[in-house]
Amino acid sequence: MNDIMIHTISVYVANRPGVLARIAQVFARRSFNIDSLVVSPSSDGRYSRMTIAAQGSAEGLDQIILQLGKLVDVMRCVDHAMDTSVIREMALIKLRVDPVQRTEALQICEHFAGKTVDMTETSMIIMMNGNSEKLDACINMLRKFDLVELVRTGKVVMARGDGGT
Amino acid sequence: MSEISMTGGEALVKCLENAGVKYIFGLSGGAALPMFDALVGSKVKLILVRHEQGAAHMADGFARATGRPGVVLVTSGPGATNTITGILTAHMDSVPMIVLTGQTISSMIGKDAFQEADVFGTTMPVVKHSYLVKATNDIPRIIREAFHIASTGRPGPVLIDIPKDYSSGAFTGELFPEMDLPGYHPGNGDPDEAQVLAIATALNKSRRPLILAGHGALQADAAEALLALAEKLKAPVTSTLLGKGVFPESHPLALGMLGMHGTAYANKAVVECDLIMSVGSRYDDRIIGKASMFCREAVRIHIDIDKSEFGRMIKCDHYCQGDARKVLEQLLPLVGELKTESWLETLDGYKKRYPLGYKLRGGLKMQHILDTLSDMTKGEAIIVTDVGQHQMWAAQFCKTEIPHTWLSSGGAGTMGYGLPAGIGAALGNPKRQVWVVCGDGGFQMTMCELATAAVNQIPVKVLVLNNRYLGMVRQWQTLFYDDRKSGVDLEGNPDFAKLVECYPGGKGFTLKRAADIRKVLQRAMDYNEGPCVIDAIVEKTDNLFPMIPPGAAVEDMIIDEPKSNRKLEKPTGST
Repeated sequence: MNDIMIHTISVYVANRPGVLARIAQVFARRSFNIDSLVVSPSSDGRYSRMTIAAQGSAEGLDQIILQLGKLVDVMRCVDHAMDTSVIREMALIKLRVDPVQRTEALQICEHFAGKTVDMTETSMIIMMNGNSEKLDACINMLRKFDLVELVRTGKVVMARGDGGT
Repeated sequence: MSEISMTGGEALVKCLENAGVKYIFGLSGGAALPMFDALVGSKVKLILVRHEQGAAHMADGFARATGRPGVVLVTSGPGATNTITGILTAHMDSVPMIVLTGQTISSMIGKDAFQEADVFGTTMPVVKHSYLVKATNDIPRIIREAFHIASTGRPGPVLIDIPKDYSSGAFTGELFPEMDLPGYHPGNGDPDEAQVLAIATALNKSRRPLILAGHGALQADAAEALLALAEKLKAPVTSTLLGKGVFPESHPLALGMLGMHGTAYANKAVVECDLIMSVGSRYDDRIIGKASMFCREAVRIHIDIDKSEFGRMIKCDHYCQGDARKVLEQLLPLVGELKTESWLETLDGYKKRYPLGYKLRGGLKMQHILDTLSDMTKGEAIIVTDVGQHQMWAAQFCKTEIPHTWLSSGGAGTMGYGLPAGIGAALGNPKRQVWVVCGDGGFQMTMCELATAAVNQIPVKVLVLNNRYLGMVRQWQTLFYDDRKSGVDLEGNPDFAKLVECYPGGKGFTLKRAADIRKVLQRAMDYNEGPCVIDAIVEKTDNLFPMIPPGAAVEDMIIDEPKSNRKLEKPTGST
């Protein structure tokens, strides 16, 4: 078997109903689980940008990209290598912390350059931006507290320099 | 702007007329009423079917016989879902087709309205593209785009789901609008020069070349270019099931069909060649057997219009994306005559040693009938098959000479394809005699279309090779499951010769003795007032060979019936 890798794929698509279903189907048929998915209109409102993170073999993924490229609603589809693109995501993390634990939670938050966006006597919500590894590290540190809820946006990606996304 | 007011349905039919559509295959229903109403007085002739699956296969047969998209018109819900088998069949074999489905009114969509089905969603995996119409005035643009998508690049079916309020609504738009397809780039099929050169270089080094011609070569009208290249190279040519017809099988360089039930000499050529060049085939699992073993010593070349096929089944040394005819034409001046004398001698030796044959003793043999049919039709008739043993025997024994005269469901393997596809082919190419070869199993799946053939006086000749079994499955049970027969006995078959005579203009023949084959086939050929059926009562338990067991390597081909008591390993491959 091939090594399983996480891929970040950017798909530029027609902004109309049914397109997401077609794309999801290409992944599902080949048993690729979609780890995260971000869809938003692009600068040209007729098109949308999808950023899809998925795990699987490189070979399987090549096929998926070729199949996606065949869809009439897909303008283009790129697998982004880490070194030529900027990949970011955001997380909201809700912790149940009493005043005694709060200081340490804030220290961790500060270390990872996060922000608190909500705080009560018993809880706080931390907002964290960055690449996925940094988010993973921060969340791991915060697991020592009572981590009540975690919401991640999923990755968004943009090619560096003059490269197209 | 249109001067006279018209409905969306009328605009749609106008667009079909403008696209040169001659026939539309369909069955009406509530949600399709405005479109059927618009057909009254139209230049487009409606062929009313008896089941929507038949409509899809007819459109498919029409498309394969003519090279032009076939058009289907059905109603919503069950009308639409009944076409799915036909859409899958076309999709798997890259056949251009337009499927128009009625839909409930737009305000009722998603409310489980009467005869509502999410056809757009249901058909998504089996279409090249699909539309759900959102406005009456969009209809002409969508029709134009659908024809363009269905028939360019790698062809395929396109579905258009049309809510009734849009087909009945007032049309005030443009009948010849621009297409809006920013994401569709089929290109003009011009290959990359460097890739062509690399292939030419590889060909020029080969001493044991093999050309593998598929459906893509046929669809690209590459027959002439293929013949010229093969003759210049002195390279043998084998074809896939769907590639039959692209290279004349009477030609000394022809090896016939390869693969699971291909000729022994074609498969021997695969094993021993030093170069294999696929032109418009996708190296599918029926051809390659065990992928890791396929031509592993040979230089492997893949020419295809669809680059997503590259490396999908096997890795090749050279890939070339392009139109098959253009690639072959560009290769021609770059190659020279190869020293293939000893290679061709070897293959001729195999042809003599392992000819296609059958034993004349015992009951009536399918092979004998098909061999005679081929001898009598001389590659001039259109042969349409169903799916099963008879299909493979027909592929072996019915020699094809001309493109678009061999129609068979390959990828999907759809039983029930034969009769309706034959009707579509007969309408598409009325100059040629059309023979439908089917088994008693497949025939009964769509035999209601005898009515369609009768009413339209289509002289389709149906040869039912009747072994009272689902023969192919029975063969597998015999070979791989200790002859434990399960669900294969078709007890209760009607008398097919009598059955066809229930239809006006239908004619039936019964064939029981080998001595009568020629006589009965001739009588069927002479009957042109409507459909006729030959009920050929053939041997019940004949087995089909050669055979490459699924999942086995081509090397492991079983050329002839194994000695009795020799139990074969259960196959490891898919079906």
